[in-house]
This record gives sequence, structure tokens and C-alpha cells, in this order.
Amino acid sequence: MAETAGYNIDLPPAMIEGATAIADWTLVWPVALPLFGAAVLLMARKHPHVQAPLALAVIAAVIASCVTLMLRIADTGPVAMTMGNWLPPFGISFTADMLSALFAVTSSVLALVVLLFAQSEIEPREVRYGFHQFLLLLLAGINGSFLTGDLFNLYVWFEVMLIASFGLLVIGGRRIQLDGAVKYGFLNFIGTTIFLMAVGLLYGTLGTLNMADIAVNASRADPTTLTAIAALFLLGFGIKAAAFPVNAWLPASYHTPDPAVSALFAGLLTKVGVYALIRVLVALLPAMRIELDMVIAILAIGTLLLAPLGALAETNLRRALGFIVIGGIGAMFAGIAMSVTTSSGNALAGEGGGIGGAAVYAVHSMMTMTAFYLTAGLVERMTGTTDTRYMGGLYGANAPVSILFIVLAFSASGLPPFLGFWPKLTLVRAGLDAAEYWLVAALLVNAFLTTIACARLWSHIFWRNGREADQTEQPNDRLKPLSARALRWGLAPTIVLVLAIVGLGLWPSALIEYGRLAGVGITAPDAYIEAVGLAGGAQ
Amino acid sequence: MNTVIFRTIAPYLVALMMVFSVFVLLRGHNEPGGGFIGGLIAASALAMYGIASGVSAVRKAIVFHPLSVAGFGVLLASLAGFASLFAEVPFLMGLWATITLPDGTEVAISTPLFFDIGVYLVVLGVLATVALALEEDDRSL
Repeated sequence: MAETAGYNIDLPPAMIEGATAIADWTLVWPVALPLFGAAVLLMARKHPHVQAPLALAVIAAVIASCVTLMLRIADTGPVAMTMGNWLPPFGISFTADMLSALFAVTSSVLALVVLLFAQSEIEPREVRYGFHQFLLLLLAGINGSFLTGDLFNLYVWFEVMLIASFGLLVIGGRRIQLDGAVKYGFLNFIGTTIFLMAVGLLYGTLGTLNMADIAVNASRADPTTLTAIAALFLLGFGIKAAAFPVNAWLPASYHTPDPAVSALFAGLLTKVGVYALIRVLVALLPAMRIELDMVIAILAIGTLLLAPLGALAETNLRRALGFIVIGGIGAMFAGIAMSVTTSSGNALAGEGGGIGGAAVYAVHSMMTMTAFYLTAGLVERMTGTTDTRYMGGLYGANAPVSILFIVLAFSASGLPPFLGFWPKLTLVRAGLDAAEYWLVAALLVNAFLTTIACARLWSHIFWRNGREADQTEQPNDRLKPLSARALRWGLAPTIVLVLAIVGLGLWPSALIEYGRLAGVGITAPDAYIEAVGLAGGAQ
Repeated sequence: MNTVIFRTIAPYLVALMMVFSVFVLLRGHNEPGGGFIGGLIAASALAMYGIASGVSAVRKAIVFHPLSVAGFGVLLASLAGFASLFAEVPFLMGLWATITLPDGTEVAISTPLFFDIGVYLVVLGVLATVALALEEDDRSL
């Protein structure tokens, strides 16, 4: 690149000058610590009792590191570190802005909750086959995807995530799990292959894969070629995010593993696809996103309207929740479609617009859907079935779970005062300001349909007194109370998570402000480019 | 396959292959070779030993479970990356130190070397796990 023309590209000068502050390492810990921890746990395979405490310590350290990183970014802007001290764009940069840090914090906290919940149901066999190692590797892959500043490196973290999620999907070894894993694996492989093809084409066109460098150089390439590449990215990440019409793998696989694992997947994996889409289409190739605006809007409307209808038609509890996850993806796509970039000169660019709403929606969706799946796990354990038609009478058997369920139902549909209301409000406002009335209408209809779908689940499971069909007056004698282990490790972490959702719903200003910062950082990525050290160069 | 000739010669061949794998590993920094190919050679040596003398003999010979070896490899590689924390340079920066032996030979010790040894152990451990599991009749992970 032109900036490096001042140097000879011999080895020593192509290195960064000056010392690296210890504080910059908060960028590396969220990825390196889980890998390190997984290695230690792999060596301690013969000692099942140290596994959970060690994993807990590692995830706690990761959370501390992510929070430090997020506070620092809120204070002074994006942070970058280039591996091995190579000069960017040659070295692989880890670069975090507000969006990355916000998602990394949320993911790490949810991994902690899921780790605790898993202690209520995990079998010794699953510990021996490496549950905790896979969990840490999955966290490393997710955080790596959020924090990396290099497109090929992003692909590598997608693969780490995919391999760890295969392990978690099949770890119980039940027949239905293998069935789900085959569908999940095959369709996700197609998604990552398309992503990899797009990466190769982009490298052939621009000669760089460093994200900041792409943002600097994209305007010089042929827009037709770049739009085709952006469309490939949209397809690849759309499959990862389970957007309509490539969403079939999600409801086919997410209900098959243990509830803790499916909660982790539902909360986190699809949002990594959304994150990658926001990063590539809005921050790196903004002109191409404007070209594809109509396509993204149609995908968003399709996802928003069809997903809750799927949830309405389902009788399997966790499959129905899977469709609600997909509905949330539609809301985030709507945020991407209505985002405004500095190049288009819209006054809302300073507000972050739709991207800010999409970021807050993603945080809400991660927390709410994880908690929803955990609650569904408790419901399934008490009723001994996965079919909502045979679950009646739970209200009398366990009132706290029914309260958790209705709170989450309201949060998922976006009713105030719960967390889901605020991102929907931000999105609707951004949509009205950008005059995207179809998207606003679809968002509101989605909220309405999701309310109906969740209310149907609640009334089937909790409100109805007894058994299925015409036996509703007969008590459901198949219900089992929760064991002491399930109360302590299952119900308690879920209650804490739901309390956090309620708390964030009542005091949302900090989260909304962080979402606004994330949106500003994405729509005007100057600070991101400067952090990597490429500002004003390569002109 | 399991002839007397093979069973007699296999242990010597295995020892030779193990030494060769270490040679390939150490040669790898500047010349063809390295941790990945070295690990492959070592794993095939263990697989051959398993065919000749039985899986239990291999497990006894390598003391640790191959998966633990792989875990140690990841640990070593990440420790090699963390070494740059103390030099105030970014993660995974290559750091070098030279040791002069009494006879004047200079030996270069570097973090890339330890990273490569880590790669060697990961490849060795994972492939040996797969190979031994396939050679064994019952499954015991």
C-alpha cells in the first residue's frame, strides 16, 4: 500500500515501532484465554471435578477482559493490535470497535450463564467427551469473529465455531442429534464455502483482506464487481444468520441437543452471522449495500412476517422458539436495510440510525432467546415431553417458571417495559426517519404475530389446567417437580438472566447509548481505520 | 500383514521414524519441514507400532493419553504467544535468544520454535488418538 512506500519492504522496517501497552492485551485475552483453558481442560480430562470450576474461572476472566475493553472503547475509541508486530495490512490485525466489544461482552456473559445451567443436566459421559472444552472453544470462535480485523481470519474463527458447535450438537449421541447435526453441518458448510469464495474474489479485486484497508480502498475498485461480491457475502452470511429463505437449518437442528447447548446456539451463533453482515456490508462496502438495499429489505420483510407464522404452526416447544429467533434476525436485517451511511449525507448518520437499533436488538435477542431456551429446558424437564400439546397444567405445578416464561414472551415480542421494546422502538424511529414505511409496518406486524405465537405457547403450557384435547379438565399427572440440582443450577441462573433482562428493560439508557456508539462506529468507520494505523494512507 | 518379519523390524523402524520426525521438526524453521509434517511422521510411527505390537503396548509406551499430548501442544503454542506479553510487543511476536555452548556453537532459541513444537504435539496427539481408536476393537476415549 502507498503508505508503506516510505519503508523498504524488508523484514525489520515492516514492523510496528514502539512498545505495546499491557492494556492492549484486553483485545487478545477474550480469544486466547478460552483456547488456553480448553488446552488445560483437555489435559485434565481424567479429573471431571475440576472441569466446571476451571471453565468458570476462564470465562470470568474473559468477561472481565471484554468489559475492560468495552469501557476503554467507549472512552477513547476503537483499539487495534496486529499479531506478530507486522505492519498492517500485512499482519493480521485484531480490531475492536463498539459493536465488536458490545457483542463480545454479551456472548461471554451468556456463556457463563449457560455453563452454570449445564451443571443441572450434564451427564458424566458428556463431561468425559469434552463438553467444557467445546464450550470454551466455541466462545473463542465467537469472540474471535467479533474481534478480528481481517476477513480471512474471520473465516478461520467461523470454522473454529463450526467445529466446536458440531461437537456440542452430537455430544449426547442420541439419534435425533445426529439427524440435526447433519442438516446443520451441511447447510452451514455451504454458507461458509460461499463466504470463502467471496473472500477469494475480494482479495483478487482489492489485493487486501485487512478490514480497515478494504474500507479505505473499496471506492477505487470496479463497483459492478464489488456489488457481485457483496451479494455473495449477503448470501453466505444470510445462511449463517438463518434469514429467510435460507433459514431451514435452524428449526431443524436447534431443538436436538441438550437445552443448555441449544440456548447457547440460539443466543449466539446466528448473531455472529448478523455481525459479519453488518461489518462487511455497512462498514466495509457501504456503496454496495446501497445497491443491495432493496434485496436486504425484501429479505428482512420476508423473515419478519414468515418466522412468527412458523412459530404459530409449531407444536414442538423448542422448534417454535427457533422460529422466534429467526424473526429477530429479520428485525436486525431491517436495521441493516434502513441504515444510513455518511456517504449518503443523511442527517441521521450521527445517530447510528438503523445499525444502532440492530446492535441493541442483537444484544436483546442474545439474552432473551438464551433465557427462553433455558426456560424451555426446565419446562421440558418437568413435563417429560417436547410437544406443547401434552404440557398443560404447569402453572399450578411451578408458578415461578410460568412467570419467567411470560416475561420472556413479552420481551421477545417487544412489549414494554421489557428489554425487547427499546430496540424495536429505535428501529421503528429510524425507519420512520428514513421513510422506510414497509419495513416499519413489517416490524410492527412481526411484534403482533410474535405476541400471538408466544401467548399461544403460554396458554398451551401454563394456562390450560390439564391434559390435551377434550381431557382439559383432567389434571396432568405426568408432571414431575424439579430436582434440587435442577433448582440450584437450572432455575437460579435462569432467574438471574431474566432479572437482568427486566433490569435492562427498566434502565435501558446505557445500552441504547452503547448501541448508538456502535452504530456511529459502523456507519463512519474513520476511527476504526485510524486505530489500525492506515488513516490518511493509501490514497 | 502381521508377519514375523514385520513384527521384528517394526520397533526399530518406529524408533528411526521418531528420531526423523524430531529432525524434520527442528529443520523446519528455514528449510522444508516443520511441526505439522514432523507430527504426521511421528503419528504414523505410533500407528505402525500399534499394528505390529498391539494398541495397549503403544498406550504403555507413550505414557500419556494422546489427547492430553494434543492439549499440551495447544498450551505450549499459546504460551509461546504469551511470551511477548513480557517484551511489551503484540501477541505472537517472534522473540529470539542465542545460547553459546562451551565449544562455541551458537544455538538459537525462539518462540516460533516452541510454537512449532506445539503444532507437532497437536498433530501427533490428534492423529494418534484417531489411529489408535481405529486399531482398537472397543471404543475407549
